[in-house]
Amino acid sequence: MTSISMSVNGKAVSGDVEDRTLLVQFIREDLRLTGTHVGCDTSQCGACVVHVDGKAVKSCTMLAVQASGSEVTTIEGLANGGDLHPLQTAFKENHGLQCGFCTPGMIMSAADMIARYKASGSKLDEKAIREELEGNICRCTGYHNIVRSIEDAAAKMS
Amino acid sequence: MYETKYQRASNVEDAAKMLAATDDGKFISGGQTLIPTMKQRLAAPSDLIDVRNIDAMKGIAVDGSNVSIGAAATHAEVANSNDVHKACPALCDLAGMIGDPHVRHMGTIGGSIANNDPAADYPAAMIALNAQITTSKRTIGADDFFTDLFETALEEDEIVTSITFQAPSKAAYAKFPNPASRYAMAGVFVAQVEDGAARVGVTGAGSSGVFRHGEMEAALSKDWSEAAIKNCKVDEAAMLSDLHGNAAYRANLVKVMAKRAVAAAG
Repeated sequence: MTSISMSVNGKAVSGDVEDRTLLVQFIREDLRLTGTHVGCDTSQCGACVVHVDGKAVKSCTMLAVQASGSEVTTIEGLANGGDLHPLQTAFKENHGLQCGFCTPGMIMSAADMIARYKASGSKLDEKAIREELEGNICRCTGYHNIVRSIEDAAAKMS
Repeated sequence: MYETKYQRASNVEDAAKMLAATDDGKFISGGQTLIPTMKQRLAAPSDLIDVRNIDAMKGIAVDGSNVSIGAAATHAEVANSNDVHKACPALCDLAGMIGDPHVRHMGTIGGSIANNDPAADYPAAMIALNAQITTSKRTIGADDFFTDLFETALEEDEIVTSITFQAPSKAAYAKFPNPASRYAMAGVFVAQVEDGAARVGVTGAGSSGVFRHGEMEAALSKDWSEAAIKNCKVDEAAMLSDLHGNAAYRANLVKVMAKRAVAAAG
């Protein structure tokens, strides 16, 4: 067992984990933050995307020990108390989810891409959003409204 | 995943020592290939020595036509580097085609070439750019570095620390990705280097991993055009054949990707 500590959603957390523990296991099973999902076992679906030190990563493809000392943000960290994050509102208003399983990963990926495009000054248009979602799979195949939700939120966040 | 023991190295020397003290340890960088492989129990290293946080392996430096990329530079860092873009935009394009945005935030150039997956993108660029691969022990030319499928000239405790190359006068990478995995079914990096000499690196297709295509290089060195490689032969017997595509299909893809790359390089 190894002692790890990190900041999750602005709160200092620590725990003793086996070195083989995946970051997503630590988040879900130790911290009981079950908004981050595991949709596949092959690093492809993106349901587990969280931000580590400000960058979107697949938490099923990173060990918890690798993230020790880092700042992690999960879907639970986006809303400000009772006020939803603009992306959460946009997904609600644009019917951006059907079963909802992929939604946490979609929203965390969207938050990352919006921030990156804003920082670089390039335009996040529909084509760019679709390319950026390459690592996120929606098995309801509801991509159209997911893309619209992200476009809507990006406009409101600019 | 089988049990393993994790240690984080703060410099290259310590990393080599840590590895030498293990039974069957492996270096881990971004882990975007190694962790999925361990999850499938296809790899079971006794120890993982994390080299991702070693400062000396970070960063990108471009000085005139000399490009130097730290082994721990992520694919996202290479893809978005203005300096690399000025020197060799084709390498930025290639880095931006690897995996997906999340994978690119973690995966590193050093990890990719040390793993030498036959369908990885970077090896094609390394041999086409005649890159020099600096390790904890020596500098190895890309032609001598990639030896076979998942095999390199690296010794067990040897770590890739940086990659250097001269900016080509023109270059481009064309890739036909597997629609599910995004790995190359065939990827061709073409570069015009010193004195107009052409180099052609092919990944994804060869049964012994990445290779140079001599006939196309000779043709393009004389005449940099799609037409120049029209009659070049790609040997089917040297191609991979699997459920994603047979050897004949891949041989044809190599030619098509080479033409597209030559056209894109202009």
